[in-house]
Amino acid sequence: MSGDPSSNGRLPADAAATAAATAAATDDAPTIAEAPPGPAHSAPPTRALPGSGETRRHVLVAIVMNKPGVLNRVSSLMRARNFNIDSLAVSKTDREDTSRMTITLHGDDVAVEQAAKQLYRLIDVLKVQDVTSDPKVEHELAFVKIRATDSNRDEVLRLIELSRGRVVDLADGSVIVEVTGTESEIDTFVSLVRTYGIKELVRTGAVVMARGSGSIEEAIKR
Amino acid sequence: MTMKTDPAKPPGPAATGRRSHVPGDGSAHAAAVERAQKGMLHEARDLKRTRIGADVLCEALLRQGVDVFFSYPGGVILPLYDVLGDYPELRHVLVRHEQGGAHAADGYARVTGTVGVCMGTSGPGATNLVTGIGTAMLDSVPMVAITGNVPSALIGKDAFQEIDINGITLPMTKHNYLVRDADELPRVIAEAFHIARTGRPGPVHVDITKDALQQETRAEHPTHAEVVEGLPGFRPNLEGHGRQLKTAATEIANAKRPVILAGHGVLHAQAWDDLKAFAEKTSIPVAWTLLGIGAMDETHPLAYGYMGMHGWKHVNRAIQSADLLIAIGMRFDDRVTGNVRTYAPYARIIHVDIDPAEIGKNVAVEVPIVGDAKRVLQALTPMVPETSADERREYLDQLADWKRDSEASSWHGSGAWRDGLLSADYVVERIGELTDHQATYVADVGQNQMWLARYTGFRNPNSHVSSGGLGTMGFSVPAAMGAALGRPDRETWAITGDGGFQMTFQELMTLVADHIPVKIALLDNKKLGMIRQWQEIIYAGNYHSASLPGPDFAKLADAFGIPAFRARTPGEVDDAIRAAQAVDGPALIWFEIAEEQNVFPMMPAGKGLSDLIEKWDGPDE
Repeated sequence: MSGDPSSNGRLPADAAATAAATAAATDDAPTIAEAPPGPAHSAPPTRALPGSGETRRHVLVAIVMNKPGVLNRVSSLMRARNFNIDSLAVSKTDREDTSRMTITLHGDDVAVEQAAKQLYRLIDVLKVQDVTSDPKVEHELAFVKIRATDSNRDEVLRLIELSRGRVVDLADGSVIVEVTGTESEIDTFVSLVRTYGIKELVRTGAVVMARGSGSIEEAIKR
Repeated sequence: MTMKTDPAKPPGPAATGRRSHVPGDGSAHAAAVERAQKGMLHEARDLKRTRIGADVLCEALLRQGVDVFFSYPGGVILPLYDVLGDYPELRHVLVRHEQGGAHAADGYARVTGTVGVCMGTSGPGATNLVTGIGTAMLDSVPMVAITGNVPSALIGKDAFQEIDINGITLPMTKHNYLVRDADELPRVIAEAFHIARTGRPGPVHVDITKDALQQETRAEHPTHAEVVEGLPGFRPNLEGHGRQLKTAATEIANAKRPVILAGHGVLHAQAWDDLKAFAEKTSIPVAWTLLGIGAMDETHPLAYGYMGMHGWKHVNRAIQSADLLIAIGMRFDDRVTGNVRTYAPYARIIHVDIDPAEIGKNVAVEVPIVGDAKRVLQALTPMVPETSADERREYLDQLADWKRDSEASSWHGSGAWRDGLLSADYVVERIGELTDHQATYVADVGQNQMWLARYTGFRNPNSHVSSGGLGTMGFSVPAAMGAALGRPDRETWAITGDGGFQMTFQELMTLVADHIPVKIALLDNKKLGMIRQWQEIIYAGNYHSASLPGPDFAKLADAFGIPAFRARTPGEVDDAIRAAQAVDGPALIWFEIAEEQNVFPMMPAGKGLSDLIEKWDGPDE
């Protein structure tokens, strides 16, 4: 690392700005004659904003204290900081005093890192991990109540079987199917059966666990 | 006009209203407080009655070193008022509005560096505290706000004066609690104070149901270790990361045009001496944010000035041409950076902050250092090479030139002078001079706040109190109330505009009733000055609600029993200030200043630090 602004990682790739930065910086830090702003000098480089702006789906796992109001704290924070939660699954862990949240959201890497850091500020949050790029198992569960009449019930049931869905309720005019899978697998199933008519749909949101012997719970320093 | 003395008050120094405890000041009161606090560390006093939740609260406050709190009674918090008489060491200041209590606790906290305490009842009492809690949150001020709530059996039933105050304070506190069981009170209060003052400070709200305050309890107060253990999710990192420190040292060694940006974090960490040592060793000039004022004595040769939207032009110029910014305990607020894309375009950034979430939030940085400002500076200073001012001669000379230019071309003292009108910056400067720069100066919000920041001349840490983040008008008088109690050894000046003053002047009565000797400098331009300035410059002179008729402020002060003085010309300023200083107790000076004075330079919102407006003669044709 040096004080050379031309190696400044924040400078945008766009050519004009890079050229300006190089012109202003040359080999050394800007000298007194070059640096002051003013019309006599070449346009100063533009400072890049934090984050790339390229959004993708992220999965955060948070271990939190099992106390009343914690869910409210987490959701309130995400709302106030302008993060939009796609799904949120909360459950007990094997310890009585902690719960586990799986949060999926869209954002660029820096924004999601910000979300994780803001979550850390909550006193009741013990650990937050962005597991988006980690090897992991990820599933959610959905119940879909599908319209099924005498005329098409066989067809619907065959489709469910092929999709590895499980019929959990069979009634006059409808079936309830339980499907588990990744978010996109469930999306696919839902769009497949939409033609028959979906009377009701509920999804749990994703739960994930990192593969291998590492443990987010064991990583908590107490 | 003379101060009426309250016959019920004890004679002696206590009668001057300076009863608040300054540790080690040797007074009988200080000794009594210390005795009581020590006693509380061991066991509850023999009350000859049942020990109830309200007793636990009082014990806990004493254990935490609280000597004064600001409160207003109400139905559900009455069990506390029923036992307060048994705790004479806890000074209760009866405010006239809960918002005033919250600001007072805030002012107290800012000048003492300890936790300020305010209380109110449920419902409206609690919602009135909210503005003060928000003010403390945005400025990271350690505060514990306590409210009563309806009996737990009535929670959720829309009982009289019931509001979900926990839900309301949730996003504007570091943490909050609802206590329904007196047995939980010792732990909760201890946690609240620990959280409020540890790491990045901030307000904590504790809501206590009436039945919890009344319930008998034998619960014991936890030890500090037990408190820490009970908060596994709260382990602030104080020490800077070794590798990042090394990188920072290299950056500093290589920098040709470095600038230190000192923020509130330097004051929170009490790191002013460490900042000075670091700056002196490296000969790097120090600029400060609004809340960083006082982090360095302004007369120090390396003290460069106040930055940002209404900061000094030379300071913003130095930042715009810097090749390295060393930001310590500041958060690159939009009032500091303006448009981030054009901010400090040549600079790499070292960012030291105790809150990891601040790093990379507003600007991307090259060297992130999470840690306490004091510890980081203490670790970093030995790692950087010593650089003499001579080695930076060319750079420092240029900065000195810029400073001379900018101070000469500053609006300071121009226009209004010519017309024989009273110029606000002159008033503020005289207050600084005549108090020998040794007072506590409490700003309100708007033009007065900027004049105060620019022209007072600050020499001491924690001598400047200002609502920076939330920008709360009406802050000055009540915050000065708390500041005066926190630092009775200093004169306390509330410098306020006529707008902010009219929001909270009911606390004048508290100043009188509790003998709190705040000097109020009311800068009256009969306008909402900053609104008028924006409407003139940014909204093409389309004025709306910029004029603000006010009462006869001398009569108003008189009605409260506060001596008032008046100055309308520059020649009357010094006498008025001296007269107010001579009053033993609160006093008000009504400065009738020029009505249409602007604060320059000014950075229009959305523009950058290089786009300062330095004067205004109307729009370009």
